[in-house]
Amino acid sequence: MALEPVPTVTGRAIFIPGADIDTDRIIPARFMKCVTFDGLGEFAFYDVRFDEHGVKTKHPLNDPRFAGASILVAGVNFGCGSSREHAPQSLRKYGFNGVIAESFAEIFYGNSTTLAMPCVMASPADVVAIRDAVEADPATEITIDVVNLRVRSSGGLDIPVTMPDSAREALLSGRWDPIQELLDSDAKIDAKARELHYV
Amino acid sequence: MGKSLYQKVWDAHTVGTIADGRTQLFIGTHLIHEVTSPQAFGMLRDLGLKVKFPQRTFATVDHIVPTIDQDAPQDPLAAEMMQALRKNADDFGVTYFDLASGKQGIVHVVGPEQGITQPGTTIACGDSHTATHGAFGAIAFGIGTTQVRDVLATQTLALEELRVRRIEVSGDLAPGVYAKDVILHIIRLLGAKGGIGYAYEYAGDVFDRMSMEERMTVCNMSIEGGARCGYVNPDAKTVAYLHGRPYVDMSDFSATAARWLSFASDADAHFDDIVRINAADIEPTVTWGISPDHGISISENIPDPAKAKTPLEKASIEEALAYMKLDAGTPIKGVKIDVAFIGSCTNGRISDFREVAKYIQGHKVAPGVQALVVPGSQIVAIQCEQEGLPEIFRAAGFEWRGAGCSMCLAMNPDKLVGDQLCASSSNRNFKGRQGSSTGRTILMSPVMVAAAAISGSIADAREVFTIETRAAVA
Repeated sequence: MALEPVPTVTGRAIFIPGADIDTDRIIPARFMKCVTFDGLGEFAFYDVRFDEHGVKTKHPLNDPRFAGASILVAGVNFGCGSSREHAPQSLRKYGFNGVIAESFAEIFYGNSTTLAMPCVMASPADVVAIRDAVEADPATEITIDVVNLRVRSSGGLDIPVTMPDSAREALLSGRWDPIQELLDSDAKIDAKARELHYV
Repeated sequence: MGKSLYQKVWDAHTVGTIADGRTQLFIGTHLIHEVTSPQAFGMLRDLGLKVKFPQRTFATVDHIVPTIDQDAPQDPLAAEMMQALRKNADDFGVTYFDLASGKQGIVHVVGPEQGITQPGTTIACGDSHTATHGAFGAIAFGIGTTQVRDVLATQTLALEELRVRRIEVSGDLAPGVYAKDVILHIIRLLGAKGGIGYAYEYAGDVFDRMSMEERMTVCNMSIEGGARCGYVNPDAKTVAYLHGRPYVDMSDFSATAARWLSFASDADAHFDDIVRINAADIEPTVTWGISPDHGISISENIPDPAKAKTPLEKASIEEALAYMKLDAGTPIKGVKIDVAFIGSCTNGRISDFREVAKYIQGHKVAPGVQALVVPGSQIVAIQCEQEGLPEIFRAAGFEWRGAGCSMCLAMNPDKLVGDQLCASSSNRNFKGRQGSSTGRTILMSPVMVAAAAISGSIADAREVFTIETRAAVA
């Protein structure tokens, strides 16, 4: 399966404050009562975007200056908690194409890469710099450069970021969904199954 | 230099390396449930693929199942999900422990009780609490739905090898200090993100002495500490627990047991990090905030943002206290509760209910408190009935329900309302976790939940009950 390589993603960005933003926050469990991922986009961050009466809160995602932002900027341990792929699926369907954070929870990270949504890690100071840049001018274009592991802004920011080599390679080579490669080693899988006593 | 259990299991299950450098790892056992599997079966159908080893995938229904009138959910979306799992299991030839089987329950309770969970194996499930199975010396971890598809289609996953941190807890736990307190203490010390990139090996005489069910409670919450998997090395207790269970091959059990034990970490194994904790430092622990690492002992005060060491920590405490509607610097003991929940994959096993039942006789749940007891599986429920536990709970004013995940994540009708505060034996105190966007959760051991239910407020179980010595714990 030839997939589209993801060398860069570019768009306007939004900073979502808070440490340890968990996947329940990203997509509350009640919206997982579904048998497809369709329609999850409108429920991303639902319980922080709306209060208990369904009224819009002052959350940045409700700020019209950031409408249409496609790069999410966050703090530490973004995506922790539940393994639900519904979380990155809802972000993708909401319109996000990439995430910059101080750190990520692992399962969220892997799920996001498999959906061709690059997640890169920046230092705390650099996250603040990006936040300040987009909050000063929400029209600022942010580019996540997976090739060179940099994040650049139309306003002149140029900062180093990191990501695991395997995620970078998967995105750049268009192998972010590994299913074909896994299927290709069918004979080796059978051999391994014979080796394992309990299979 | 020797190998850790993690390295041995990893090596034994490595199929090869894929182009991006990740290992293709064989997943010997795959567990599925109704929430994270339907989309994966949809992907299989779209790709025209079959399940490669249908006999190695086991399904049950737990997240959305009601705990009253279980097989007839009023919610049409829940009914649709249950029907989808039935159809997928039938179409693809997967074993399904449904409600009619008498073996249904939370997937992390069902696996061990059926003997599907075994040492030296790899176990994956579209659920982050899969680390529970690490209690048996398995490498067990949560995966996303696209990865559920990968396991169904190929019985393998593309993965990065983790580093291993050995967490040694030594000494004696005081009476009234449980496995739940041990893991809440570890998470408090190492942080909710401290385990990123690591598998946790729980070692030392405290874990050696723990029952299998206590080890499951500890491993279960590895993910709350950021570690995707956590394990305890298999020993004689592991072997004894599995002996005779339905999915254990008894034809040459001594050889099987020897093979299981051979996976235990070598005495000279390499660890990337070692943390040592004194058991005597662990007290009954509760959370005060919105992350599982927001933990304090029952005798401590709620943190004060004014005393935070960094601006980030200050902001984090302020956010948590605003959500929890708690006052900085005041005791956690005495905070009024509305709901008490005993259950979940963390603390929904027979020993949890036995332990609580020992203390609640002669007590009554405080007026105005709703107290729910939800067994982890139908088998646990039957065992409880045989021992007369439901009567004890009901007499004390608790509601006794059917098996499932229930109010841990509130995908079924069991939900907090408004800003109700719940004393909960579950695993997550995230904002909105228990079904209300303003609902509040305080995590603790089941006996501490019972003490809170009876007191009507967060309490020290050692002051509410006369706690026996730990030797009495099953």
